Order: sequence, then structure tokens, then C-alpha cells
Amino acid sequence: MRKLIDENGLRVDGRRVDELRPIKIEVGVLKNANGSASIELGKNKIIAAVYGPKEVHPKHMARPDRSLLRCRYHMSPFSTETRKSPAPSRREVEISKVIREALEPALILEDYPRTAIDVYIEVLQADGGSRVASITAASTALADAGINMRDLVTGCAVGKVDGQIVLDLNDIEDKEGEVDMPIAIMLNLNQITLFQLEGILTPEEFKKAFEMALEGCKKIYQIQREALIKKYFGSSEPIPVE
Amino acid sequence: MAGVKRKYVVPGDLICEGNYTSLANVMKIGNRFYSTRIGMAEISREGVRVIPLSGIYIPRVDDIVIGKIIDYSAFAWEVDINSCFSAYLPAQSVFGKNFSPAKDSLTKKFDIGDLIAGKIIAFDRTRDPLLSVSGPGLGKIPKGEIIKIAPSKIPRLIGKKGSMVKAIENATKCKLNIGQNGLIIAIGPPDGLLLAIKAIRLIEEEAHIADLTKKVQKLLEEGDKFEKVD
Repeated sequence: MRKLIDENGLRVDGRRVDELRPIKIEVGVLKNANGSASIELGKNKIIAAVYGPKEVHPKHMARPDRSLLRCRYHMSPFSTETRKSPAPSRREVEISKVIREALEPALILEDYPRTAIDVYIEVLQADGGSRVASITAASTALADAGINMRDLVTGCAVGKVDGQIVLDLNDIEDKEGEVDMPIAIMLNLNQITLFQLEGILTPEEFKKAFEMALEGCKKIYQIQREALIKKYFGSSEPIPVE
Repeated sequence: MAGVKRKYVVPGDLICEGNYTSLANVMKIGNRFYSTRIGMAEISREGVRVIPLSGIYIPRVDDIVIGKIIDYSAFAWEVDINSCFSAYLPAQSVFGKNFSPAKDSLTKKFDIGDLIAGKIIAFDRTRDPLLSVSGPGLGKIPKGEIIKIAPSKIPRLIGKKGSMVKAIENATKCKLNIGQNGLIIAIGPPDGLLLAIKAIRLIEEEAHIADLTKKVQKLLEEGDKFEKVD
């Protein structure tokens, strides 16, 4: 086992324990989709595309009172160090489901009865924490598609590495660390839409980890919001028109 | 309008607090108003609304739309209106009360692939939109150039009381037939058509800019000069 945090308190990629990886979000990267967004979080490169609301096929899946949200999280064969089979794996099917359930509470699906909304998430390059990055990108893409939303969803992971609570795990920390806790939150409404925990935390550690994840989400939310404003209003700062 | 406050919002942004009525694309929790779309929030005496800057076309009763016949049965045509719902145009509303599916053939009026201008006469969340082609300017579209833009930008293209359309029509000598669903039929001389398309694309790209009318007028004037030099 190698040391994941050195004597200066720095992690394998040189970050402090409460530091995020470099993050970049861009809106409207795909012309054919109704809405799209790309996110780069450390080595993660992910594209999210939203199609819809549109007619449902097969027809029997349509709900008379609400829209049908379909999510597909997919890792491209070249996204990892060794080739990943392009067929959807057990892990991808599960992540697709948890992402769908993390986005559903933010969408006002009742506004679009008898329709479907498709969210495609393609991981071009994978690093740790791709599910939370995917949620952030997908909710940005949904806002770009102009679907009625209660709030944007922002995701962030925390974990425990070498006995310390750290923010935004990378691939090595994710695989060799003790705990991984991805969360997604609607910050304006103060509601959590995704909460997973793998490993064991004491109540004190949990409290600290949760606070840290919340701070991480707030930072990511600012970048997410700025990306949307940049595309629609031209500048990175909102200009109120009186 | 005096006393209207505007600001840019994204979904989840708090627009204002207080005793207002929510008009459109606004979510009310307690006495706080949150936006549900990206767009321009307007707080006026009537209430709070968000004018969205993105999104597909959702039909509304009394909208004029431009659609394409995609199918027909013995009683109705199915029309693609560039939305997530396809519209229905009942044959009775075209042939009149004495319509008989045995005698009248629907293809005599409209065939698959024909473009029509129609008015939405009924639509709610349980049923697909119903069209009517009776009214001035409605019915089959025999000729013209079709231009497609984002449906959310149509209000900007029309302008206050149609000022923007009038400016384009006068400068380009084209007739613009605008559907609320993002389709526009332009009829006029070729030079004018090119200029009109240019102006429409400018409006689509810069719909969020405040003094868009001036910018469009400048483009139209420059286009005029260009033609005279030729």
C-alpha cells in the first residue's frame, strides 16, 4: 500500500484535503440536441445531451400524467486505461438508475404529460467521481434544453483516505481509499437527491464529510451557474436590466 | 411599461419575495418565487413571470402555427407542428358539416407533405392539439421560403406590437408569415429574402440583447445600401 497523503498533508495529485480538482463546464456543445453540456473535473471528460420532451416510443411506456425521464450513463471504450467493453455493464445500468433518480426530483415532469425526456451521458475519459460529475452536467444540459426545473442539481463526492476526510476523490483515492460518499443536492431548495456511502464512517467523521461535500457542491454550483449565464447572456456576470 | 423590474435567471434562482401572483415559469414556495427556466424574470404589478430563452414549442390555444401534413385517416389529418405533440385537423372543419368519408377524399384538400398555416383551437394535457384552418391567412401554403428558428425566440422576432416584423418586411419587401412554433414562411424578391433571413438569424442569435431593434435596423439599412451599389 502506498501513502495517499504525504507528511505535508498533500494528496497524490498535490491537492489539499479540502480542495476540488480543476473544473470546467461548457453549455450547448452539441447542435443536434435540445440541450447539452460538457464537464471536465480533473481527468474526467463527460458530455451530457438532452433530447425532448418528445413523443414516447414504445407508446405503452408513456405516462398520462407526467413525462418519462430516461437516462443512459455510458463509458466509451477508450475512457479507461484498458479498453472497456462498449456494452452496458452492471455498474453502468445501476449508475444510470441512480442518476435518473437524482435528476427526477429537480424536474417538473407533470408539465409534460405523455412525453419522454432522454438524457444521454457519455464518459469520454474517466477519473474518480464520474457519477457526480455526470449529474452536474446532466442537470446543466436539462436547463439548457428549457425543461421546467425546480432547481439545478449539483453533485460532489467526499471520502476517507489514509484516515482523513478528503473532498472530491480522484481515481486512485476512489480505488484505494477507505470510504467513498457521493452526494447530489439542490442547493436553493436545500434538498438532497443522491446519497450513497460505501465504507464506514463514525458519526463525527460523517458530519465533517457532509459539511465538506456541501462546500464542494457550492463551489461547483457557482461554476455551473456561470456556464449557463455565459451561454445565454454573453458574459460571466449577470447583468440585471432595470 | 413603468414599474417593471427585470433580471436574468437560471432554474432555482430566487426572483423575489412578497405578495405577488405567479404568471409563468415561476415556482412559489411560501412567499418566495423561484425561476424554473433560463430567461428574463419580470416583476410587475400583475405578477412575476420568466420569459424563457430556450425550450421546445408547447402548444397553446389560439396560437397560429405552421405545420406539415404527415398522415391522414378517413376523418382527420395528422400535422407535424414542430412540438412533442402532433396536431389533428379534423376533416369536418375543412369540408363542412356535410362531410362524408365515403364521398370526400381528404387528399383533394391536403396531401402528405403539404404545408399549412393553422390555428390551435383546443389543447390540454389530456389530448393532442386540435387545429383549424378557417380564418384569414390560414390554410394551405402554396409557395415561399421556409425558415426555422428556436420557438423561444419568436416573441423577439415579432417585437412590441409587431414592430420588428414590420421593420423587416418594409426593408426587404417580403411578407413574413410567422408560426408560434418556430417556422416562418417568407415570400418576396430573392434579394429581400436573403436579407430577411440574415436579419432573422441575427435576432435568433442575439435575442437577449436589450437594443436589438437598433441592431436589426442597422443591418437592414446596410443591406439596402449594398443592393443600391449593385
